[in-house]
Order: sequence, then structure tokens, then C-alpha cells
Amino acid sequence: MIEFHLDERSGVPPYLQIVQQVQQALRLGLLGVGDRLPTVREVVEQLVINPNTVLKAYRELEHQELVVSRPGQGTFVIRTLGPVSLASHATLRRSLTRWLENAREAGLDEESIVALFNATLWESRLQESEGTA
Amino acid sequence: MSMALELQNLSKRYGRKWALRDWTMKLPTGHVVALVGPNGAGKTTLLQLAAGLLKPSAGEVRVFGCDPHKQTREILPRVGFVAQDHPLYKRFTVADLLTMGRKMNPRWDQRIAEERLTMLDIPLQQRAGKLSGGQQAQVALALALAKRPDLMLLDEPLASMDPLARRNFLRVLMGETAEHGLTVLLSSHIIGDLERVCDYLIILSDAHVQLAGDIDEIIRTHKRLVGPRTLAAAVARIHDVIEERHGERQTTLLVRINGHLFDQSWEMHDVTLEEIVLAYMGQLAQYQRMETIPMPLSMRDGFPCEESEERIRRETPR
Repeated sequence: MIEFHLDERSGVPPYLQIVQQVQQALRLGLLGVGDRLPTVREVVEQLVINPNTVLKAYRELEHQELVVSRPGQGTFVIRTLGPVSLASHATLRRSLTRWLENAREAGLDEESIVALFNATLWESRLQESEGTA
Repeated sequence: MSMALELQNLSKRYGRKWALRDWTMKLPTGHVVALVGPNGAGKTTLLQLAAGLLKPSAGEVRVFGCDPHKQTREILPRVGFVAQDHPLYKRFTVADLLTMGRKMNPRWDQRIAEERLTMLDIPLQQRAGKLSGGQQAQVALALALAKRPDLMLLDEPLASMDPLARRNFLRVLMGETAEHGLTVLLSSHIIGDLERVCDYLIILSDAHVQLAGDIDEIIRTHKRLVGPRTLAAAVARIHDVIEERHGERQTTLLVRINGHLFDQSWEMHDVTLEEIVLAYMGQLAQYQRMETIPMPLSMRDGFPCEESEERIRRETPR
């Protein structure tokens, strides 16, 4: 059974870390269709976190139609994720490298590049959440 | 949604001094709430009002829809309360305390108390007064849990525990919350240990609520901004500035954002819950220097919000 861990310093909310760890396990084939996720109580006692955090993560996974919760039985994987295509990785990486070159030419140092990236990521997240709200 | 706790203009006064003032709030069941604030902020008073140990000076408090001070027969079996000094009958052995708990509580669960005390290596034949402060706190919690309450009120539960004991304590509390949908209200000076286990935060200082809301939401909407001093006033017109520090040209702000985006001149950083708590408490210190009365700042519906946001913007010293 999958065991979760939390990175206290990543800045990623705990519920999202759980979601990402399930997605990653599905991509790597460590979790497959029919597998049961740990119960909320098991996760809560292992990580010493709030039960609502786990419920939120499991709801999000249900929303993504990756798992289904069967009352009294548990939460089960119903769909798996294919591995991320390496081809698309390479393309994205090339365009990111080009973008970094442009940023350096424009006089941005590494910290400003990180700050700009984080601010843009945050804005797009905000717009996405406003879009779905 | 059923409510664990409802406060309506709740106020409590000791002599001429207000310990809590005009607080309105609804807390749905199933939350784990951190009640933070400096000494004398009113945390203990709120917990004692909820447990029915005190009577409000004005307004009312309802626990599961009942008045805890009058309807004790309905409420007491459903509420667990561990006071700050975790009082136990010092001359009773731990086993005596368990017997007392079993005879006095209709919903008593002997198994959970015994399991917990065995796990902690606390000998049942030991007199409570001979246990260390941390062990006494653990015994008090075990008794409160064995009562199988629906609402658990804990006043500074972590104060006398070492880091390992804290983690064990919180693990058990979270397990019970997951299993039985327990609602927990716990007070603390500090938030560090509680950030992962609580989902709701109330910052109380000087008898007023400074901030109350869902913790994810609080973290999402507070950011630290670093940028040119000349643009600080423009930020303050749109967002709530909680804390500001000015260098010669550069300004650092901690703001509660109101949806709008920032222009590129500002570098934006995430802040921890602890930084947010300290910023709100620091804001209070600024008020006190100005000798004005702090007003509560609302985060969500159902919380006091008269004029608060405008007022904080206007009165924060520049």
C-alpha cells in the first residue's frame, strides 16, 4: 500500500502533496486499478495531520476520476495514468531553455527569474481557480 | 450543516476588564480549531464559557444548540475539557481515576483509556501526584478521550510535553477526529506545532478576534511583497496591509490579497502560518502604542466584520 510523506518546506499545501504522490505512483505503476488507498485514519495517524486534509486530497482524486470511494470499504483506484511522455518533456525543456536565455539577456538574475516564475505560476493558478469557481 | 459552537455577541467581563467582547461566530462540527493569542487574550475564557464553567456577561454561547451553563445534563456528556494545569486528584492512583471516569460518564470507553496509558508506559498503580507534568497531561487527555466527547476543549495542551510526547498526543487526537468526527478547539501561544493538525485558525488578542478562518484559505490569501517604497500606498488601497517595513527605497509588506493581481514591480513570496500569526499580533502592538481600540478583522461569512477592514487600513501607521 502506498505510504505518503510530507515535505514541510516545499510550500505545496499538504493535501496537494498527497494528490501528487498518488498521481506519481499511478504514473510509475506503483499503484494500479483495484488497489485500495490507505484509510483516512491510517494517513492521519501516520503523518499526524488533520483528517480534512486527507479528505480534501481524496475528494480531488475522485474529482479527477482516478479513485472511487466505496462507503464502508475504502477508496479504490479506478483508472491509472500513463507515463508522462518524454517527448513532450524534451520540447518543453527546449522552450524553457530559450526563455531562460532571453531572461538573462534582459538582465534578470537567477533570483528574479525564480520570483517571476513563481509569481506567474501563482497568477495562472488564481485565474484557473476563478475559472472553475 | 450542524454546528458544534455558536457564539452570538458573546462578551465576558471580570470586574471592569473585558476578557471577551462582542464575538459572533458559527463553527460547524468536524473542525480542528487552533485558538492562538498572547497571554490574557481571552483564550481560556472562551474555552470555559464553552464548557459551561462560566456564564456570559452578555450575549450567548451554544454548544450543539444547547446552553452549556444551564443545560448541563445534555451537554456535559458530550464535552471533554482539559484545563491548562490539567488538574487530577493528586492522591488518586491512575486506576482510581479511570474507575471514577467510568462511574461518572455514561459514554465511557475503558479500552481507549487503558490502551493509551499502556502505550505511554504510565503505571496504573502510580498516584497522579507522583507523575511528571507531561505524564499528568497525558493522563488528563486519556480521561477526556475515554469520555467519548463530541467536542474536545483543550487549554494549552502541549505546554508541558516534550516534542515526542506532543507528536504522540496529536496523533491520537487526529486519529479520534478521523474516526468519530470529533470537533476540537485547542488553545496555544504558538502555531508551529499545530499548523498540520488544525484546519481552522482563530487569532485572539486583547478580548477581540483579529482573524478567523480556514487555514488553507488564510495561507493562500496572505503574501509577502517586496518592492519599491513609492508604490506601497497603491498596494494598500487595494489589499489589506498587515505588516510593513520600509528601507530607504525598498518596502516589505505582508498583505491579505483581495483577488487582484500585482504589477511586475512586486516580488511575491509565500508566508508561513506562523509569520501570519506574528504579523497580526504585531499589528495589535502597533494599535496599543497608538492607544486606539483594535477592531476584529473578518475572514469569512459569519464572523464579525463591522467596519473592520476599512479601519485597519486607515489606522495602520505608515
